[in-house]
Amino acid sequence: MSNQEAVKKIAIIISKNTLEDVYAGLVMANGAVMDGIETIMFFTFFGLDAITKKTMNDLKVGSPESFMAKMPPMDAPMPENITDFVTDKMKEQFESMDFPPVDEFMEMISAGGGKIYACKLAADMFHLTKEDFCDEVNGIISVGEMYEMAGGAQMVFI
Amino acid sequence: MSSLEVAGKSITLTEEGYLENFADWNKEVAEALAKQENIELTDNHWKVIETLQAKYKESGELPTLRRLSKDCGLKTKDLYDLFPERPLKKAAKLAGLPKPTGCG
Repeated sequence: MSNQEAVKKIAIIISKNTLEDVYAGLVMANGAVMDGIETIMFFTFFGLDAITKKTMNDLKVGSPESFMAKMPPMDAPMPENITDFVTDKMKEQFESMDFPPVDEFMEMISAGGGKIYACKLAADMFHLTKEDFCDEVNGIISVGEMYEMAGGAQMVFI
Repeated sequence: MSSLEVAGKSITLTEEGYLENFADWNKEVAEALAKQENIELTDNHWKVIETLQAKYKESGELPTLRRLSKDCGLKTKDLYDLFPERPLKKAAKLAGLPKPTGCG
């Protein structure tokens, strides 16, 4: 392990708004920040929901069936709204493992020096401006600007 | 494996600079480890170190950075200021505890 060169810089692009996808990106980003790795997050398309004040804490699980398949069988009948049920369960699990809600995750990543950007094209498409995004968003940038900032980074697309 | 000389005593460290045995830890050892990390220890550093040690003794596990910030009453940003770049790892190292293996 010590002979291997660790990642020095990472750019994580999030294009989805499902809880599991957004959390996967946030956990990786926060883990990178905590290890002193230069970290850039770029939110595009539905991923913008994760940095939009109105929606960021109301993200839903996209594949509730996959989650249910990993849980022990339930005695109670299946709840009517399985998406809401699984979303609540997953949030409870994250909290019990000390992982924060989305807004607090953004604060932690930003506090550690991670940079958070919104995609200009997607923001224009959904009529979102800086005021719609959480305070941690460092800017609304084009794809070209994102590539410039990500120079030398490993890139992850979710 | 490496070692650290503190007050004439040789302390064994892991390859990554963590104490091999917590029994070797004392304040002078923490000072010496802090010096290696270019950290000058203040009251807040000690608060973090002592909180980590107490929590580890209690549960046998290191807390997440989020939990640590709550337990110490310090903001995440404060922890990054106190232990730059790798707050949980550096704090654990100075507290004489093992390298954190969690994801948060």
